[in-house]
Amino acid sequence: MPDIFDMLFLARAQFAFTIAFHIIFPSFTIGLASYLAMLEGLWLKTGKEAYLTLYRFWIKIFAITFGMGVVSGVVMSYQFGTNWSRFSEVTGNILGPLLGYEVLTAFFLEASFLAIMLFGWNRVGRKLHFASTCIVAIGTLISAFWILAANSWMHTPAGYEIRDGIFYAISWLEIIFNPSFPYRFFHMVLAAYLTTAFVVVAVAAYLLISGKKNPAVITMMKMGIIFICIVVPLQMIAGHEHGVSVFEHQPVKLAAMEGHWETHTGAPLVLFALPDEEKEKNHLELAIPKLGSLIVAHDINAEIRGLKEWPQEERPPVAIVFWSFRIMVGIGILMLFTAFAGLWLFKTGKLDSNKNYLRLCLLMGPTGFIAVIAGWFTAEVGRQPYTVYGLMKTIDSTSPVTANSVGMSLIVFAFTYIVVFSAGFGYILKLMNKGPVDPSHPETDFESKPVLGTRLDIGDYEHQLKISSHPITGEKPG
Amino acid sequence: MESIDLPLIWAAILAIAVFMYVLLDGFDLGIGILFPFAPKDEDRDLMMASVAPVWDGNETWLVLGGGGLFAAFPKAYAALMPSIYMPVGFMLIALIFRGVAFEFRFSAKGVMHRVWNQAFHWGSTVAAFSQGLILGAMVQGIALEDGRFAGGMFDWLTPFSFFTGCALVWGYALLGSTWLIIKTENELLHWSRQMAVVSMIVVIICLVIVSLVVPLMDWTAANRWGIHYPNIDWSILLPLAPIPVLTAVCCWLLAKSLSDRKSHHKPFIFSILIFALGYIGLIFSFYPYIIPYSLTIHDAAAAPNSQALLLAGTLILLPMILAYTAYVYWVFRGKVDIHAGYH
Repeated sequence: MPDIFDMLFLARAQFAFTIAFHIIFPSFTIGLASYLAMLEGLWLKTGKEAYLTLYRFWIKIFAITFGMGVVSGVVMSYQFGTNWSRFSEVTGNILGPLLGYEVLTAFFLEASFLAIMLFGWNRVGRKLHFASTCIVAIGTLISAFWILAANSWMHTPAGYEIRDGIFYAISWLEIIFNPSFPYRFFHMVLAAYLTTAFVVVAVAAYLLISGKKNPAVITMMKMGIIFICIVVPLQMIAGHEHGVSVFEHQPVKLAAMEGHWETHTGAPLVLFALPDEEKEKNHLELAIPKLGSLIVAHDINAEIRGLKEWPQEERPPVAIVFWSFRIMVGIGILMLFTAFAGLWLFKTGKLDSNKNYLRLCLLMGPTGFIAVIAGWFTAEVGRQPYTVYGLMKTIDSTSPVTANSVGMSLIVFAFTYIVVFSAGFGYILKLMNKGPVDPSHPETDFESKPVLGTRLDIGDYEHQLKISSHPITGEKPG
Repeated sequence: MESIDLPLIWAAILAIAVFMYVLLDGFDLGIGILFPFAPKDEDRDLMMASVAPVWDGNETWLVLGGGGLFAAFPKAYAALMPSIYMPVGFMLIALIFRGVAFEFRFSAKGVMHRVWNQAFHWGSTVAAFSQGLILGAMVQGIALEDGRFAGGMFDWLTPFSFFTGCALVWGYALLGSTWLIIKTENELLHWSRQMAVVSMIVVIICLVIVSLVVPLMDWTAANRWGIHYPNIDWSILLPLAPIPVLTAVCCWLLAKSLSDRKSHHKPFIFSILIFALGYIGLIFSFYPYIIPYSLTIHDAAAAPNSQALLLAGTLILLPMILAYTAYVYWVFRGKVDIHAGYH
């Protein structure tokens, strides 16, 4: 058992806590930004008011989530220095420029164009507004690119040399496009998209269950189901390819993920087990013979090295890695089921009426977040005892600060995050409960506002509906 | 590349980033500092609306400051952060409370609405105060051994840093109130002028006190202005004299513009100039140290190829960032409109 008053343990706990909280927000905003861009684009193209209704609904939730993402992200940019100063000093030459580029290419872009997206309706033209939404969406992806490049380098370092205990860059291309980066980038972006899609579908399902059915809600449900039907299978492929890359580059992590203690030729796939690190074996193991080798090496007789090949102090904590991996994969399988069941109901026209399926969708709402956090636990705990895999130990990465400082700040951060982010969560649920505002018969009021405005006033909903589709002429925005 | 002084260029870029932060987040933190004192709740809505589109971009300069320090001067980042561990913690927590208040305040009703008003006020005030503490601690110098922090957990807490903390709160209040003069009308404008006058008086008193205290304490900062108390090296001090003289001129111009009811932009501009001159004064006190007075920009610099890689991008991206930031400010120019939002 780790000593909970140990500076190293507290610093790790603080990092795990602050980053796990933080990742919740980008996982949602990366997907939501792209979804909003899609909605606004469809609205401009078709003029259907359902798209605008949905845009107006989700942008409020986006604003709250983005705000929480920003403030929890600022904390991250200082964590490296406060608790991990030795790590910052040793890896600064490599990771510094990558994080610097994240700020320069993504953060400013997102922040500035978010302003236009949220507040610029009256002040810029419609095309420019749409462009701003797209830029914010692209910004979130650029941000993911750099942070995944930096994090992947810590898993599969490349393009460096070490002089006097400090990393120096030799090839920036090798550093950025390090071996695990492409897999991890796609895996994370798809995860963010799926997380968002499952939230969208859950909200639609909730509104349908509670009888708040309107064209916007049905559009939301259908778009969500089509999207997850395409993306869940893609994510399974991406996850599989990523697993193969872990097998190649981080075999000890793979052994922990799979719960393999012994080296096997033709390794089984362990479905369930209670890994015991003291006795170096699994209890209550349930496994399918040969399948493990088939999956990771595409050969039923391939050799997979077990944990015993590495000395105990070189192994990651097995149970955490083993179980968080299974939680992630388990959710993936549930997602696949939800996707296909939805597709079948869609085809038979019962998507918005099958109460049991809608309840399933509601339950699946938060699973994307759980899968994301479980996946990151697998990746990061699986890299232990190293911060830079095979090169720099976590124990050598900390700051010269006392356990008291770290412990106190951990308590304060935990308190703040729980208070602040549960409040934010509450406000988001309130908005979701209200649902996209039903455009209740605005067509009856033909007189009130001029029809052909070039500017869009988001503050005046009925006005928008007239712009979006004129009740008499059916004219659409150009 | 050999002839280019990369660390110097990076020090200049970081200096610009930090100044941009102080200036831009300064005025929106200032709004938070003044927030509970506004006459009416509708005024508070307007005050918040005047910075709601830009606060997020403003705070990004802080991330650039932290990220840029990590990227260009990793040794300085690694040595500095542990030394100011607690004030950085206070600042981050405070920024969380005031940052989320922008959105939460709109969603909350009744008691919670007032709670988030307070969160916005105290978050802004504590963030400003913590930044002032950090500034004070840096002026007094930070104890390093072999390039690592070797001081105690509370080294940053001194009467002087407490004073600079308070001074920065008033300084940001000055920026915030003069920003409001640009953005508001009628009674709120009148109130903003009054706040600006009060803040200006306190800021001037603080500037005078700092200018007297620092030389008397005979810290390294004072020596660098030619002051070795009680001796003064005029050959060093005289060439630097334009800085305090210009500051005094700007204070006078600010006072004049505040008494002129027709000037809406000048008070903010003169406040910026006062900050800029104070900042240039600080740079003279610190240069070439990045951690006063133990680590120079050349000691702390990242490997040349690391600095060069980021510089290449920065030279293209920073002007673009400044351009689209300016564009956003231009889009939201003029008196604030409460109905512009998406709520």
